[in-house]
Amino acid sequence: MKSHPLRMFLAGAALLASGFATAETPADFLTRYQTEARQSTPGFSASAERGEKFFTATHGGEWSCSTCHTKNPAARGKHASTGKAIEPMAPAANPERLASTRSVEKWFGRNCKDVLGRTCTPAEKADVVAWLMNSPR
Amino acid sequence: MTATFPARALRALTLVLTAGAAGLALADDDENKRLNINHPEYRSECGSCHIAFPPALLGAESWRAMMAGLDKHFGSDASLDAETSAVITKFLVANAARRDTAGSDGRPQLRISDTPWFRKEHRDGHDGITPGIFRSAAVKSAANCAACHRNAAEGDFSERDIRIPKNGARS
Ligand code: HEC
Ligand code: HEC
Ligand code: HEC
Repeated sequence: MKSHPLRMFLAGAALLASGFATAETPADFLTRYQTEARQSTPGFSASAERGEKFFTATHGGEWSCSTCHTKNPAARGKHASTGKAIEPMAPAANPERLASTRSVEKWFGRNCKDVLGRTCTPAEKADVVAWLMNSPR
Repeated sequence: MTATFPARALRALTLVLTAGAAGLALADDDENKRLNINHPEYRSECGSCHIAFPPALLGAESWRAMMAGLDKHFGSDASLDAETSAVITKFLVANAARRDTAGSDGRPQLRISDTPWFRKEHRDGHDGITPGIFRSAAVKSAANCAACHRNAAEGDFSERDIRIPKNGARS
């Protein structure tokens, strides 16, 4: 099961060649946000523990991320003002999560504004993704 | 099965057309009340925080006003990219109520639950609606259509699918 560097390179090239229609994986988001975070903080490394703290704490407002998504990424949540069910956030429990840039960026954008009154930093996003990826089903 | 499905589909379609043509004056006696929400992008973008509300329940000006202020949408950020927003606005306006829904100040109403039609249809004492039911723990908000209309998420508001929550009746 050793992955040969050349084989990995070829697989990567094939992925690139297949264009942007390729589905993204949770690991892609971790890599992307971590790379972005390193531009201002060299040596930054995502932490699931920080991600959990960030996700479950309030940030000056009424809501935390957990208010709608619960403290358990594998559990179903409930929208704080409408009561509508929200499917689990952990990719292990819900394969539709962390699979599309359009969706992930849209919801980070909206929900960070609602909870923090500002956009989330790449470091915060990397930590949250690390925590969600860590969650068992 | 093969014979009933097309007939049912046709009936649903007819009702969709009737509801659209009648504007907000939905007839009280239709057995099936299916309202058109048949647009994949609308259903996924506007059905994520609450059910996708039927376009026929607000006038075109109300939908235009709502779509112009999605970044401050009832206390939530619901903003969309310009392209998606344009596609959805087109669907909403094309299927909007015939008559405009303006408040007493002349400005477009943004809540279906504030329109005179809604208030009349959901007045206290009408078909099991009790004072305070909309703010009860089980319903929380008049916008939570699915608390009573069990198939609201499918655009189906038929009378036979209404169940008013029990613990709501007390408050
Ligand atoms: C007021 C309720 C609410 C709050 C608070 C909230 N979210 Fe969400 N979030 C939602 C809803 C609704 C969705 C979309 C539902 C769906 O896709 O099933 C969503 C989706 C997401 C997604 C999309 C995942 C994907 O792969 O598409 C991410 C990421 C996310 N939220 C992160 C956060 C973070 C981080 C916070 C805190 C800063 C937060 N949310 C707070 C309601 C909320
Ligand atoms: C990020 C979450 C979110 C998204 C996305 C969203 N909404 Fe809403 N919407 C809300 C909240 C919160 C309310 C207020 C609910 C309440 O008062 O119970 C609301 C209320 C409404 C109401 C008023 C309901 C009533 O009669 O009281 C309408 C109509 C509406 N939204 C339409 C839309 C449309 C159209 C879209 C898509 C462009 C959309 N919403 C997308 C969160 C959202
Ligand atoms: C507390 C429960 C409750 C809630 C919440 C509720 N409704 Fe209703 N609705 C009723 C009842 C009861 C009737 C009366 C049915 C009848 O005419 O006999 C009704 C009637 C209707 C009708 C007419 C149905 C018919 O056959 O004539 C429509 C359409 C409708 N509601 C839409 C909505 C929408 C849209 C929402 C959310 C914005 C909503 N309702 C929220 C209980 C509710």
